[in-house]
Amino acid sequence: MTENIGDLVAEHPLFSGLPIDVAELVGGCSQNVTIATGQLLLEEGEPAKSLYLLRRGHVALEVHEPGRVPLVIDRIGPGQAVGWSWMFPPYRWHFDARALEPLGAISVDAECLRNKAEADPAFGYLLMKRLAAVMLDRLQATRVRLLDVYGRDVAH
Amino acid sequence: MCTDAMLLTEVEPSLRPLTPATYRVVARRVETDDVVTLSLEAISGSNLQFRPGQFNMLTAFGVGEVAISISSAPGAPGPIEHTVRNVGAVTNALCNAAVGSVVGVRGPFGTDWGVDDLDDSDVVIVAGGIGLAPLRGAISYLVDKPGRTGKVFVLVGAREPDQITFPDDLERWERDGAIVKITVDVADAGWKGAIGVVTTLLPTVDFDPARTVALVCGPEIMMRFTVRGLADLGVAYGSIRVSLERNMQCGVGWCGHCQLGPLLICRDGPVFAYSESLERLISERER
Repeated sequence: MTENIGDLVAEHPLFSGLPIDVAELVGGCSQNVTIATGQLLLEEGEPAKSLYLLRRGHVALEVHEPGRVPLVIDRIGPGQAVGWSWMFPPYRWHFDARALEPLGAISVDAECLRNKAEADPAFGYLLMKRLAAVMLDRLQATRVRLLDVYGRDVAH
Repeated sequence: MCTDAMLLTEVEPSLRPLTPATYRVVARRVETDDVVTLSLEAISGSNLQFRPGQFNMLTAFGVGEVAISISSAPGAPGPIEHTVRNVGAVTNALCNAAVGSVVGVRGPFGTDWGVDDLDDSDVVIVAGGIGLAPLRGAISYLVDKPGRTGKVFVLVGAREPDQITFPDDLERWERDGAIVKITVDVADAGWKGAIGVVTTLLPTVDFDPARTVALVCGPEIMMRFTVRGLADLGVAYGSIRVSLERNMQCGVGWCGHCQLGPLLICRDGPVFAYSESLERLISERER
């Protein structure tokens, strides 16, 4: 059965609860994709062209260092989104993102989405509110990680 | 370390809580690069009885004494286990105590996790770092208890994968029905678990907040964020229990070293039901 891409967008937690015409607007920029294990969705320094809404499978956000195993800085799963660097110039990925297992995702064309947001400020505001909420969560989680909370002990 | 001959036999009754019994180290297990679990057997008489969450004062003779939670399950056959993190002179001596050596034990002291009456509750256990040690006995008790209807969720956070304590227990609890999730702050590509602080695991598990009791142990910052996360998901403060740590010295509320506002952690805690007044106490800013 062919699934309507707008419905898939509306089902994703990033866009759930928004009017269906908003989901359809995003859906107009989207395609349903599958990605094989080990494939890079994002590659550091490369143009940031897509927002990925994960439906199945997990992604590791990695930093690579020559001669060493990549450092994993986050692990993102179904219901979450990957890729924010498309929002602001210079539109280049800051990290690698690698599929840890076969992925099902909605790939949203970034330029298409930016253009629709510019053309329709009400849509753009809704979009930015959703994206900003996710980024705020990630920022706060990152700040707590910086505290190195597990290392704090009283010396005895 | 002392010898058996140093065992005090006649003690003035009022001083007994302050007099350590001698225990022999019968096994020593390295958990991580700075955490060791000691298995202790009483040299004279039977091992002490305790409830999960309580602590003992362990003496490294000639060095000092320190409060250490009991990390084995109550009623379990065999020695009593204490898991020690090497952070100072006393804990360094304990971590390096050889099998066959003797340490002092006073206790058990303090309040416990109160797991006896949680048969119908979902129990969400959140541990950060070595905070899993004081919860280990409670988890084993809950997982092993026949007839419980509530689910058991074990959420563990550590700095790095090699800092995860009790990996065999985590596997065993999962095999025996608990939902176990682990997250680390930093990992390489070989790590297949979650990344992030332990609070990020809370929304990923399916518990019923109305019938949930949460047991939380770890550094206080972690506990504050965890309590906030649990409350955001609908768990009432009164259903959240935390284990606090202060500079416990006497263990019986006499010396006041572990005072926190009106509380003496060794006597009134270490396990407390969370409340707004407790939140104010542990959120108090230095002035």
